[in-house]
Amino acid sequence: MTKSKVLIANRGEIASRVIRASQELGYEAIAAFSEADRDSRWVRQADSAICIGPPPAAKSYLNLEAVVQAALDCGATSVHPGYGFLAENEEFAASVIAAGLIWIGPPPRCIGLMGDKSSALAVATKAGVPTLPRSGVLASLDDALAQADVLGYPLLLKANAGGGGRGIRPIANADSLSVNFDQARAEVGAAFGDNSLYLEKLLTGARHVEVQIICDGFGNSIHLYERDCSLQRRRQKVVEEAPSSSVQESTRAQLAEAALRLAKAVEYESVGTVEFLVAQDQSFYFIEMNTRVQVEHGVTELVTGIDIVREQLRIAHAEPLSLEQSDVKLRGAAIEVRVNAEDPDMNFIGSPGLITLFEPPSGPGIRVDTGFGSGDSVQPFYDSLICKVLAHDVDRVAAIRRLELALKQVSIAGVTTNVPFLSKAIALPSFRDGTHHTQTLEDEMERSS
Amino acid sequence: MPEIREIAAPFPGVFYRRADPGSALLAEPGQVIAEGDVIALVEVMKMFHEVQSPVGGRIVEFCVEDGDAIAMGSTIAKIEPTS
Repeated sequence: MTKSKVLIANRGEIASRVIRASQELGYEAIAAFSEADRDSRWVRQADSAICIGPPPAAKSYLNLEAVVQAALDCGATSVHPGYGFLAENEEFAASVIAAGLIWIGPPPRCIGLMGDKSSALAVATKAGVPTLPRSGVLASLDDALAQADVLGYPLLLKANAGGGGRGIRPIANADSLSVNFDQARAEVGAAFGDNSLYLEKLLTGARHVEVQIICDGFGNSIHLYERDCSLQRRRQKVVEEAPSSSVQESTRAQLAEAALRLAKAVEYESVGTVEFLVAQDQSFYFIEMNTRVQVEHGVTELVTGIDIVREQLRIAHAEPLSLEQSDVKLRGAAIEVRVNAEDPDMNFIGSPGLITLFEPPSGPGIRVDTGFGSGDSVQPFYDSLICKVLAHDVDRVAAIRRLELALKQVSIAGVTTNVPFLSKAIALPSFRDGTHHTQTLEDEMERSS
Repeated sequence: MPEIREIAAPFPGVFYRRADPGSALLAEPGQVIAEGDVIALVEVMKMFHEVQSPVGGRIVEFCVEDGDAIAMGSTIAKIEPTS
């Protein structure tokens, strides 16, 4: 049997993470890089590397044909997409398989089903996984008012077509629905050529809780419990932790069970994450499924001791899960922050440039995932993530303390970073006492501005 | 005849002449524009920034292709100011 050669179709810290995991399994790691990333750290870390195009992502990391061709040209036997870029592109996954290569991810069919909002909700409903209460298409304002009474306020008025948050309006009461209905209908009709609207229950004070699952190709599936990513800015996760401090034991078990039920319903294979909103009364609702490894997978690795990327690679290479559900034990608490090259004082504008100095924190219970070091450049073409700093300790209070100290130890010069913002975020009293929710960070930022 | 003004890229990043792939060009060579008109966009780390013309006049040419990488300070367009 020839040695497995994994093409890593990504960049930065996740490329570095997958290269390491591949090499640990005895696979050869090949970095697919854009012209801007030629001299990058992870490219040197790989066993070999191949250029896939010019700096703009559309011409390299998002260029499906170029990546598949590069895989064939360099003799790769498999492709790992990382996260972002082409990771949740059904056509890309299918192209990799059609080229005779191993796709290190779920079946393309699963990516397609879960990538489409309405089909994902339909799958969840069919699998008996709770979704947020929503109305049918609203025929008229009178119909809307009647359906709103059934659902109960507050609500979100949403477009049936389109996406990207367009046309979404919060509705506090019947008056607000009367005022907004015609406007929303006109706006949505103009934007999507389809003016149908529906109402969805608006949860306030909810937590973002997501369950990590792993399923192999032999019908075995396990969960690795949950992560809580409720501190968010503009729907982007800022702080992630495991386990969640908000869910009770019975809810924890129900969330995990629901996630696995959903995975089985679509015959899922590979690693994946099922995201939920958990209300203050512990009721929970499916939001979406991420059919890839996530940025924040590391906190789960710290509390379970299980290498998620290694399992993902093994499963793609037709090996069974290396462990059973009863082997999965939670130990202590872990927390992660995303250190970005961005300026919090300038509306988080990206700060590309040369990192003249980068001294990551270290010490017991500290993990840093990065693709950068002193002398490397943060490119303006891609996202701003420099590194993830993770802390693990006996419990949540100790883990937060460890992270707080680690952040003081981070020294990055040459580019502006969000480290001061992160330190403030994890110091928020509501975060410390665990009463925070998905709106907390933005509420606090508004208050202090 | 007034001197041709070169418009420099305010940021490094990816240069775009359209707001999104399906829409019309924001501005075209030969077009007469006013000071402050948006003539292009620059994407820096997933955020989009407008490039406004610092002068009114006629666009002579764009020096970068739609979707190409640009360095900060590189010339992206030339404008003949209204005299």
